[in-house]
Amino acid sequence: MGSLLSHAHLSLEATTRLPAGSPRAEVVAHLAETARQIRLQDLALVHFAGAGHIGGDFSAIDVLTVLYGAVLDVAPDRVEDPERDRFILSKGHVAGSYYVTLAAFGFLPVEQLATFLKPLSSLNGHPKRRSVPGIEASTGPLGHGLPIGVGHALAARLDGSERQVFVLTGDGEMQEGSNWEAMMTASHYRLDNLTVVVDRNGLQQGASTEASMDLAPLGDKARAFGFAVSEVDGHDHGALLDLLGSPERPEGRPRFVIAHTHKGHPISFMSDQVAWHHKVPDADQYATARDELLALTPGGPA
Amino acid sequence: MTQLLAGAERTFDCRDAFVDTLVALAREDERIVGVVNDSVGSSKLDAFRTAFPDRLVNVGIAEQDMVGMAAGLAASGRIPFVSGAACFLTARAMEQIKVDAAYSGNNIKLCGMSPGVAYGELGPTHHSIEDVAWMRAIDRMVVLVPADPAETAAAIRWAAGYDGPVFVRVSRMPVPAVHGPDLVLEPGRATVLREGDDVTLIANGTVVWRTLAAAELLAADGISARVLSMTSVSPLDTDAVVRAARETAGIVTVEEAVPRGGLGGAVAETVVRSHPVPMRMLGIDGFAPTGSAAYLLDHFQMSPEGIVRQAREVLGR
Repeated sequence: MGSLLSHAHLSLEATTRLPAGSPRAEVVAHLAETARQIRLQDLALVHFAGAGHIGGDFSAIDVLTVLYGAVLDVAPDRVEDPERDRFILSKGHVAGSYYVTLAAFGFLPVEQLATFLKPLSSLNGHPKRRSVPGIEASTGPLGHGLPIGVGHALAARLDGSERQVFVLTGDGEMQEGSNWEAMMTASHYRLDNLTVVVDRNGLQQGASTEASMDLAPLGDKARAFGFAVSEVDGHDHGALLDLLGSPERPEGRPRFVIAHTHKGHPISFMSDQVAWHHKVPDADQYATARDELLALTPGGPA
Repeated sequence: MTQLLAGAERTFDCRDAFVDTLVALAREDERIVGVVNDSVGSSKLDAFRTAFPDRLVNVGIAEQDMVGMAAGLAASGRIPFVSGAACFLTARAMEQIKVDAAYSGNNIKLCGMSPGVAYGELGPTHHSIEDVAWMRAIDRMVVLVPADPAETAAAIRWAAGYDGPVFVRVSRMPVPAVHGPDLVLEPGRATVLREGDDVTLIANGTVVWRTLAAAELLAADGISARVLSMTSVSPLDTDAVVRAARETAGIVTVEEAVPRGGLGGAVAETVVRSHPVPMRMLGIDGFAPTGSAAYLLDHFQMSPEGIVRQAREVLGR
């Protein structure tokens, strides 16, 4: 079945981040409401386009929202500024949530979301570098983002720049050996301008990460590779803001943030269900999920 | 080993021209960085490391990371010259080369050291005979196979000034100079090393001088062979190939690589489309037996005498 997505399905309104110095509570409420709007839009995208990776989208959206809404030093009018922070989405299959997040913060027109997955659209099933202003890397095959991020971090070091590099990976993705090669490099070169966030939803395409190829103890492994490890509730906007937005950097050590998330969060019938890796909600499921998102207290926790 | 080309007094290791050129370019352009997989020695990059210790990034024995990281460096404005044994650089990092370098449009230079059968007795695990075909299949990748020090230096100079992904083969196999020193390389443009109108020999890399020697043997027998150095496999000088097909009776390609998909395949595609003529394609046509690099070139019929046999087959005389 072809995509039925049209402009009628666009509900998102672009926002901007709150000014620096805004009260934390206001920032957190703004992030929560933005994440809710991103989920509503992403749900419509996947339902009407008839494809997407909604489970991973919904586990990553809060991290994406906090990064773009309050942490990254990036803006739509300076996507080529050499001093911008770099964000690499390594789990490229959650492109839908990435495009909606970029639209929410003004990097692409909201109307363009209606082209998601359509012929010749720049909104491909996996993001391509520069296909949308602000997309730093072409990803989709897993285990690519972290080496690229290490290269950006090393370039910042060579340039004597304070700019920061953030990489968001999936947890199943950490089974790719290239990540551990890159982690050795990051540690060897003492890249404390690099932050890796792992979307730790515990599920990969076919089963749990532990049943597929055990990652535990992930934090100990990262620590053994020389990273400063922290763990956080990946749906708690305040906790994510405090951790990712902190200017503190452990001297000479890259950061490894394990963001504990739920695939499909917070939809009752999707959450933690492996089947929702790339399942498309039918009309009833779409209506139910939409109602659940609408019922969330605006500005409250997702 | 096959006798050197008449008039050639000495041979060269093209890695010397590679590093001399790279160091000179890096002095002029601080964006240039070297990226290696523990391959400083095998890439002869010691002089680069001495001159620019901060700009030589060693990732250890980790090729996926090497190319992915180079993509990040390139996307942040650096010009990485990624240098490692061709067999590992291409085969182990293929997806990073495809996605992070070519598809992403990153300005990365991939320098495949000691390609083909340069590692001789170390065997097919260390031979890189598929690299040309693999790299040629990747959209936007410029594929350069220099024949001597001048072509190597010219290829590196050109690559540094070009904004996009380039694969350059750099061999350790001793070769005589076939050009003067100040060659300017133009990808997509073959160099005519010898004019001729009976048959055309199209070669690149370390076997170009052997092909010239074959042309001398043919000339002694009254056969006039045109010799082209096809340094650039992608883009290919299709005009030169079509001229060869129209103006001579047939074409022999000679390369230190698998001909299917490589230079032989590229030339054949053009010939079939434009002006079919008899062709023979010499190359490393399968996993090699044990032997030195020079032995293996002879084994795969790329001695001057072997090349002559193929030319005679094409001509039917």
